[in-house]
Amino acid sequence: MFDVIIIGGGPAGISASLYTKRGNKKTLVINSESSTLQEVHKIENYYGFENGISGKELYDIGIKQAKNLGIEVKQEEVLSVKINEKGFEVITNKDTYESETVIIAVGNKKNKVKIKGIKDLEGKGVSYCAICDGFFYRDKEVAVIGSGNYAISETNDLINIAKKVTILTNGEKAPEFRADNVEINSKPIEEIEGKDKVEKVIFNDRSSINADGIFVAQGTAGGFELAKKLGLLIKDNHIIVNENMETNIKGVYACGDCTGGLMQVSKSVYQGTVAGLEVIKFLNKNK
Amino acid sequence: MSVLKLENANFEDEVLNDQGKVLVDFYADWCGPCKMMSPVIDGIAEKLNGSVKVGKINVDENQELAIKYQVMSIPTIMIFNNGIPVKTFIGVTDEQEILDALK
Repeated sequence: MFDVIIIGGGPAGISASLYTKRGNKKTLVINSESSTLQEVHKIENYYGFENGISGKELYDIGIKQAKNLGIEVKQEEVLSVKINEKGFEVITNKDTYESETVIIAVGNKKNKVKIKGIKDLEGKGVSYCAICDGFFYRDKEVAVIGSGNYAISETNDLINIAKKVTILTNGEKAPEFRADNVEINSKPIEEIEGKDKVEKVIFNDRSSINADGIFVAQGTAGGFELAKKLGLLIKDNHIIVNENMETNIKGVYACGDCTGGLMQVSKSVYQGTVAGLEVIKFLNKNK
Repeated sequence: MSVLKLENANFEDEVLNDQGKVLVDFYADWCGPCKMMSPVIDGIAEKLNGSVKVGKINVDENQELAIKYQVMSIPTIMIFNNGIPVKTFIGVTDEQEILDALK
């Protein structure tokens, strides 16, 4: 049982961890795969680097700094976060971890799929959470858009409910996954069709399959997906936090790019600091 | 003001025949986000103090109603006016946003 699990190892997540660890809180950082920061060629407007620094270097130094302080940093993909009696359960592609508090600092990965029809049919058959909405597709045919661990995880939540699940890789490589009622289709998707609700998936060769529901699970689970599963308030795809980085759920904090606003290292460091300090306060109060 | 337990049996009387606004929360016990929404709905009922009827429908026990109103994601919060659904919020929603829609 950790005091705090921090999801994300960028400037916000690592900054939060530096404070919680120094505050003597058992801290785990789960760092999925890549950060937007790594893609930044050169940062020249961040304090203290006279010749600037590449995003990748700054990111790597941050992780090293956390490790040097004795913070456990695991390179795993977070698939879901759940609330349990003791606090929270963070499920990754490798294991499940428990904690009293969670800080979401997953950045602003833009993995929202841009397929015609998806936006209009949200809530009318297009869903971003299998565990939340799978129930409505009992004995129906559904499709999962995606091809990675997250898509498989969502598929697993659906195979015992739906009659048939089709994994739509949308042109990506098909995953190694087999189950009786699961099919895999690798054709690029043209559009999702339906009048009042999802009816059909149309591919770029004009072939189609029937579907009563579409579960979007492309790439990794970002802030938006984790927020949906937990029940966090979201606005314009960003997690809503107050000035203390608290979300609408007690014990869940969010910081950095996933909360919207300026996409600057300085802002992420500030928010991570606040989240870290607030978590310490929260844990001390609840001891 | 307490929150009504709505079900197939009383839905017509309490919602469809109501001459005014009714706030309806479609939820299930297994749904994590619904648990986040539940105290918000209770708070709204308290604030409105009877001026708007507020009720909750368990979709597990009342699947016909969920199907009828095309509820495919929970929590779904619907506002009925004179028995007709006029506004739908899907997913966890800010209290103020719901209160504004009830004005």
